[in-house]
Amino acid sequence: MRKLRAFVVRFSAIFRTMRKREDEFAAEIESHVALHADEGMSAGLSAEEARRQALVRLGGVEQTRQRHRERRTLPWLECLMQDTCHGLRMMALNAGFTATAVLTLAIGIGASTAIFSAVKPILIVALPFPQASRLMMLWEARKDGAPMAVTFGSFHGLSERNHSFEALAAYKPWQPAASSTSDGDRPERIQGQRVSADFFRVLNVSPQLGRNFQASDDVFRGPNVAILSDRLWRRRFGADVAIVGRQVRLDDTLFTVVGVMPASFENVLSTSAEIWAPLQYNPALPYDGREWGHHLRIIGRLKAGISAQRAGNDLNVILHGLAQTYVNGYNNSGGPPDFILVHPLQHDLTQGVRPALLAVLGAVMLVLLIAGVNVANLLLVRGSQRSAEFAMRAALGAPRGRLARQLLTESLLLAMLGGVLGVVVAEAGARALVLLSPPGLPRLHAISVDRGVFVFAFLLTTFIGIAVGLVSNWQASRSDLQSGIRQGSGRATGSRQWMRRTLVVTEVSLAAVLLVSAGLLLRSMRRLFAVDPGFDPSNLITMQVQESGHRYESDAARLQFFHQVLDTVRNLPGVVSAGFTSQLPMGGGDQDVYGIQFENDNNPLGDSAYRYAVRPGYLEAMRIPLRRGRALNERDSVGAPVAVLISQSLADRKFAGKDPIGQHVRLGADAGHADRPWATIVGVVGNVRQESLAVVDQDAFYVTTEQWAWSDAVQSIVVRTREGIAPASLAPAIQQAIWSVDRDRPVDRVATMDALVAATEVQRRFVLILFEAFGLVALVLAAIGIYGILAGSVAERTREIGVRAALGATRGDLLALVLRQGMTMTAIGLVVGLMAALAAGRALSTMLFGISWLDRITYLCATLLLFVVAMVACLIPARRAASIDPMEALRNE
Amino acid sequence: MGDKTDVWQGTLALMVLRTLESMGPQHGYGLARRIEQTSGDLLQLNYGTLYPALLKLEQEGYIKSSWGTSENNRKAKFYDLTKAGHRQLKRAAAEWEQTTAILARFLTPAEEA
Repeated sequence: MRKLRAFVVRFSAIFRTMRKREDEFAAEIESHVALHADEGMSAGLSAEEARRQALVRLGGVEQTRQRHRERRTLPWLECLMQDTCHGLRMMALNAGFTATAVLTLAIGIGASTAIFSAVKPILIVALPFPQASRLMMLWEARKDGAPMAVTFGSFHGLSERNHSFEALAAYKPWQPAASSTSDGDRPERIQGQRVSADFFRVLNVSPQLGRNFQASDDVFRGPNVAILSDRLWRRRFGADVAIVGRQVRLDDTLFTVVGVMPASFENVLSTSAEIWAPLQYNPALPYDGREWGHHLRIIGRLKAGISAQRAGNDLNVILHGLAQTYVNGYNNSGGPPDFILVHPLQHDLTQGVRPALLAVLGAVMLVLLIAGVNVANLLLVRGSQRSAEFAMRAALGAPRGRLARQLLTESLLLAMLGGVLGVVVAEAGARALVLLSPPGLPRLHAISVDRGVFVFAFLLTTFIGIAVGLVSNWQASRSDLQSGIRQGSGRATGSRQWMRRTLVVTEVSLAAVLLVSAGLLLRSMRRLFAVDPGFDPSNLITMQVQESGHRYESDAARLQFFHQVLDTVRNLPGVVSAGFTSQLPMGGGDQDVYGIQFENDNNPLGDSAYRYAVRPGYLEAMRIPLRRGRALNERDSVGAPVAVLISQSLADRKFAGKDPIGQHVRLGADAGHADRPWATIVGVVGNVRQESLAVVDQDAFYVTTEQWAWSDAVQSIVVRTREGIAPASLAPAIQQAIWSVDRDRPVDRVATMDALVAATEVQRRFVLILFEAFGLVALVLAAIGIYGILAGSVAERTREIGVRAALGATRGDLLALVLRQGMTMTAIGLVVGLMAALAAGRALSTMLFGISWLDRITYLCATLLLFVVAMVACLIPARRAASIDPMEALRNE
Repeated sequence: MGDKTDVWQGTLALMVLRTLESMGPQHGYGLARRIEQTSGDLLQLNYGTLYPALLKLEQEGYIKSSWGTSENNRKAKFYDLTKAGHRQLKRAAAEWEQTTAILARFLTPAEEA
């Protein structure tokens, strides 16, 4: 305690005015000497002798004062403060240098922190559930090993018979329409999930209000109960605590609210889901029912101590038993699966974005490296400019340790400043990342610059500070006093530039790696958007319309609705054509794929293809070209023979060289069933990219809405507008047209077709934007590095250049002298960098499209770009060298 | 300690506190002289070392100082014990006595052996 008191007194003494304390102690010493001398004189000594003896016994006035001073304050801290003040002064004096170094650091640290912030919750931190490592995702798979959604039949059997999981749960998306409650309140489509009873128990979260689902909720034709998310509860029900037990109307059915999930519940399986209701499938497993459709996702919580591998083996044994019990059920869904895949949930959720995130993480590490190298370089230049100052201070008696400490303090100061500014950059960067991020990115709102990331940034900062400080210390310690002072007079020392040159070469090579990577991604993107999607996405606006409740149970009512809406929309000014479809290509999410069985084909189960149930007019609005036969028309209706259009890809594969028109197929649930009627192919249409521009998966068939086995609850309307009219500007009018027919129809996902196409490549674009940004930063930093070293070198060699000029070197000679120096570094850096870029390009190859990772044009362009920028960076100091006046330069000496 | 060397810090602090207790407020020179006298001139202080010791005690709150006038009418800084100083003196004295007593057992010739 007393030590602490003394420390506080000494600490605060630092900030008191020095002079007063010094004077006071001087007076005390003076009084001491006088008292001592008095005694000496009374013993008979002369005044001088008495005073002399008093001073001898004291041990010297100055020494005493020094001892007193050291005890008075904290000398080490005072030293540190002096160093800091001096450092700050030096930094202020060299504002240009300081700004460059601090900004460089801030960009490096900020960018890496932002990226790390984004990567951390997705790839590193466990999912926000208790014992999240025991959560697994289950898939069915055939021999090819590709994961496939699970049937209710498999789920039911597996969850009853397995011994590896505490619980299994099935879920599927559900989008009920909450009808308008009052005038002016638009119908809303709520995102939700149908889940089996144990869903929340598997995740191990409980409702904040009310109760969890129980087994009695999830029975066939069971009660209509729902659990709300905290968000929905606040938004639509004003956080009413009496909500439990109340009824809400969804899809024209009353549901009883039984619970509300807590706000902290983060549903990583579907971030937009706001409402949950029980699955309620039929446990009798009728073989022709939805119980055998592959459309469920399964999660499970492993029992403690059971590995995913063991659980997988357990499930596979059960699966083989099920396959024998339910032959009919499995045959109806394309045969039993060969095995069950058990994947850790986090791995499954993140695997889509993992390569992109890792690539970006790698790129940002390169940027950080460049930033570090650049700062080291700047400090070295500064160090050599200041060697005169240090030599002078050493000559005046400053110990080497003190000088080293001064340098270290300055580096740390720079690093700290860079770190603070870097956190600001990181904050902005993390926000930009969230804005830019592809919609599929899981755990998006968990991205923030948190404390851990801050510490990461701070450690990086101090590490860079110390590393850079040591480098410059090392350099300073190699210079002895004499040469230091001499160098202050402007003479060059060539050997000391070795370190700086190495750093610049490193920067150039790192920049080359980033530029080539960015170039490869950019060229991939170009190639991608040059792909013809098979339809004309310009001037198209689309929106989804949903069936609302029981009003449309008769097909006639449905058709009536489509007719009325299309009539109204087609009459809007600016509309060229319009049509309805059951799904849109590149609509995002799960696309509809159904079986198609060809007559005279040796595959009795048939192929699978994208299924479009459309109103005639859809193909016309999309401008999907008709290659053969006729288009669908209004006569292809109820009662008429079923007419089918197939894609060119199907026609080529199934009818090589023969005419497919008039051939027979069985569609959807009919495929593979000999007792079902045939449909007739009436035409062939062009191929369309279904999922994204990058994926070639074009097999598709088209039938009219009336001739498909059922009508889809969700339909999209596609409207082509006249050239020159922005399609988005017609969206409100189209919405009104729909509501004028039925005001309870929820309308959403309003988007232009161009936007939908772009959205399928948004992850690629995200990576590309980051690489472009990092590439640009790297290029600028490399240019600054080259410029810095050449400018420093020209300044140091002023005299030498002056002598050369005096001896007859022309302007051109001098220009070439400096350019050669700069371009040699660039060339070496490029060679090293291009070799490293080969490795980087190879790592990126999964993200490339249409070009190889060896794409020559990219490497050539990156090389040229770096060369030109380096040339510009060289030219400025080179021109300065060329314009040195020999008389002036030599007089400086 | 026979060869009149410097006194080490901890002991010096104890001597200062004890001297102030028996003599009351005292200036630096007076303290130094008094310590020498009490030691029977066996100790010879380097007076310069006294002042950092005094400063340390003051920073720790065991003594306080104020300017006053000496008997022969010179301005001098006088030091005096604080309450904490009194307590510290008792504690330190007790510790020191224990230490010397223990050491004495080792250093006195063994009688029983």
